[in-house]
Amino acid sequence: MKLTLWTYEGPPHVGAMRVATGMKGLHYVLHAPQGDTYADLLFTMIERRNHRPPVTFTTFQARDLGGDTANLFKDSARDAYARFQPQAMIVGASCTAELIQDDPGGLAEALGLPIPVIPLDLPSYQRKENFGADETFFQIVKALAKPMPRTDAITCNLLGATALGFRHRDDVAEVTRLLGLMGIAVNVAAPMGSTPADIARMGQAHFNVLLYPETGETAARHLERACGQPYTKVVPIGVGATRDFLHEVSGITGISAKVDESGLRLPWWSASVDSTYLTGKRVYIFGDATHVMAAARIAATEIGFEVVGMGCFNREFARPLRAAAKAYGVEPLITDDYLEVEAEIARLQPELILGTQMERHIGKRLGIPCAVISSPVHVQDFPARYSPQMGFEGANVIFDTWIHPLVMGLEEHLLTMFREDFEFHDDAGASHHGAKAVSRVEAEELGVSHPQTPVGYLKTDEDMGEAREIPVVTPSGEVVWLPDAERELKKIPFFVRGKAKRNTEKYAADRGVTRISVGTLYEAKAHYAR
Amino acid sequence: MSLDLPSTGCRSTPVLKERGQREVFCGLTGIIWLHRKMQDAFFLVVGSRTCAHLLQAAAGVMIFAEPRFGTAILEEKDLAGLADANAELDREVARLLARRPDIKQLFLVGSCPSEVIKLDLARAAERLSSVHSPHVRVYNYSGSGIETTFTQGEDACLAAMVPTLPASTARELLIVGAMPDVVEDQCLSLLTAMGIGPVRMLPARRAGDLPAVGANTVFALVQPFLGDTHAALTRRGARHLAAPFPFGEEGTTAWLRAIADEFGVSRDLFEQVTAAPRARALKAIATQSQELRGKSVFFFPDSQLEIPLARFLTRECGMTAIEVGTPYLHEGLVGPDLDLLPQGPVISEGQDVEKQLDRQRAARPDLTVCGLGLANPLEAEGFSTKWAIELVFTPVHFYEQAGDLAGLFSRPLRRRALLNKEAAE
Repeated sequence: MKLTLWTYEGPPHVGAMRVATGMKGLHYVLHAPQGDTYADLLFTMIERRNHRPPVTFTTFQARDLGGDTANLFKDSARDAYARFQPQAMIVGASCTAELIQDDPGGLAEALGLPIPVIPLDLPSYQRKENFGADETFFQIVKALAKPMPRTDAITCNLLGATALGFRHRDDVAEVTRLLGLMGIAVNVAAPMGSTPADIARMGQAHFNVLLYPETGETAARHLERACGQPYTKVVPIGVGATRDFLHEVSGITGISAKVDESGLRLPWWSASVDSTYLTGKRVYIFGDATHVMAAARIAATEIGFEVVGMGCFNREFARPLRAAAKAYGVEPLITDDYLEVEAEIARLQPELILGTQMERHIGKRLGIPCAVISSPVHVQDFPARYSPQMGFEGANVIFDTWIHPLVMGLEEHLLTMFREDFEFHDDAGASHHGAKAVSRVEAEELGVSHPQTPVGYLKTDEDMGEAREIPVVTPSGEVVWLPDAERELKKIPFFVRGKAKRNTEKYAADRGVTRISVGTLYEAKAHYAR
Repeated sequence: MSLDLPSTGCRSTPVLKERGQREVFCGLTGIIWLHRKMQDAFFLVVGSRTCAHLLQAAAGVMIFAEPRFGTAILEEKDLAGLADANAELDREVARLLARRPDIKQLFLVGSCPSEVIKLDLARAAERLSSVHSPHVRVYNYSGSGIETTFTQGEDACLAAMVPTLPASTARELLIVGAMPDVVEDQCLSLLTAMGIGPVRMLPARRAGDLPAVGANTVFALVQPFLGDTHAALTRRGARHLAAPFPFGEEGTTAWLRAIADEFGVSRDLFEQVTAAPRARALKAIATQSQELRGKSVFFFPDSQLEIPLARFLTRECGMTAIEVGTPYLHEGLVGPDLDLLPQGPVISEGQDVEKQLDRQRAARPDLTVCGLGLANPLEAEGFSTKWAIELVFTPVHFYEQAGDLAGLFSRPLRRRALLNKEAAE
């Protein structure tokens, strides 16, 4: 038993729903009690899908448990086939149905439906959402894709995009465009956007592009074995990775990797003098391993940040993440407990967090800006505009997205110069951000505690919850801040105050100083001056 | 009194009972508002990753402070041996209470998996109560989807508290059902102005404010989904004041009237206290309901508020109800609202969502009230929708909110008109 407040991943059947909802012509019959239908709203509300997920929930109740839940499943599967006429069906159990052991696969087979029926075995008490998506996609591919003659022209399949994926819609479009620049067409992009009939013709592609290892790797390995299709290992997020990806594709196909890069702006945006202030900014990165590793490379080599920590919530990818962390000389954090992530961020006091929706909350709580780089994400991270992460346009998008939460370069100087100015003061925040969190004191005065406060699906997180002003000086270890030093610390602008505090305390602790004076503060500043 | 009954209400209308796929939340969802209402309570769901994910999705992944609810996620080894599961639960609770000394009430909330493996949370609550008393009181109830639908979770929670309330012989009024504080204050000030008091609330904001109950207690419900709580209070000897629910001017007046009559408040005093807020409510409803007059409405089952809301929309806002679906029809509670609801609509209980969607599409209502899973797909088909969950998460009771309540329904229609106008230009 493990106490969980927030989770990075849902249960595995939600992963299966992400596959089914991304596809067309596939129906998922899920043995599940009432309430599990909540998962529909992830797709209809958060992703703003205009169709219901193609999922039938059997909706068994307590009174059915002594009786015949198996027949309820069979009736549901038969009705779903009759109503939706899918090309193929996947069947499985949610966590509760797993306990009653009705064997949806066997029951569905007994119905003798005239379409492929693919049973899913997703262990709800051991595995999570990404596993569920990966396994479901693999089972569909295994059942439907067979070796077949290759297309005349060189083509590939794009693997791993699902419903509710972070920017999957635009990544598929961008990578399709990128491969098009090399003269390579996409045979099938799956699971998102494909039908079971499309899956059946995947074997005719010359190779596979694995966009998202978290949700597509098992299928990619299977296709390599079963259909002799090699697959790409480089995920094209960032300028360097995109170029490496093109070379990898070139190695597989023999086609030149030289493509038109005229739309790529990140390198110049990064090199232009306005970006000088980004130099060495300390970033902490957390999310799914693939996006975290890509983000670390971009941060360190393409924007010039300092990676001070990184981690992922998916244990399945702990090994490559550990290796990557070693390369940046930081300790990896592999955990799905957001309190551990919060503690790590509080300890490291980065100037920017690159994370998920969860880290966005952590950042807000600790007063540290955050940009989102990975699922789980919220409704505002499904933008109307074209906004990929992959390819050259993805690199442009990433530059803009990561820089936006920061205070602008010249503004940093103004804030430092006019610390106590009536306009350029700390609490005013960055000038290009409209909203400013209200302090905790005001929130309490207003008596905001009635039920309408905490919930609002479509509000930005800036509107939500209790903004908490962190005390400028929190007791940390044995070190005490003298009043003068504390006042001085408050004069340091908010966006570097955390770093100054941490550096000073470390400086003091290293020297056995237990009382921090104004002198200690400036000695530490001189010590850490770059 | 404006309670002119329609010549025939819906109380004797045959109910269409359906079962099949239900597009509703389970009872765990109530935790989202209950934990805000009871400020020293923690809700510990004993369940699966699905339960944790549901709470997160229902809360919109966005409550920013460390929440006062969590899920003890069952793992493979907990399923293998229940003795171990109990030991694990005790350990997690001890750890939680050590970290959160502000917690005075702990609710162990049962889920589908905990019910299926028959983890006895009632005994666990007793055991933990004795370990952690007097500092913390431990309750248990089930919010599982195999037993509860959405708002039934609040009912189960309050019903679990009733047997532990202290006994009292005082003649007191008890108001039952979670309301936003601002609405609760309005309710209390209306009753106080009529000289009614002391008034107790269930749930109370803090454990120390919990009411006592006994044979001289009379209680009024502010939510129509509190059937089990009603039964539990009745078992304690308390007496229910049946009335339409306090939505809209008419509902609020009838609800207050039932209490006023019980406490012998004179007609004059009642008029004096209610005249001004009634006039304000009528004015606000008149403004908001312009878009609603003559329009039709179709309710999918969701919160059990459907029948009182249909009564409000038809009688006070001039709408026509086509179908009023409710997850569970408790005639003893919504009977007075059914009496007022003009005959015509199909009254349905339970759900087979595919069949209900067929009926809805055939009827082509001007406004469809439904859950979040259905709203965008129906909008994409050209229907105006009101997501039902907002009705639970917004202050809608009593006079001052009557206009807001009408506004929740008129806004989608106004919005569609605005967007269509833009498209036409």
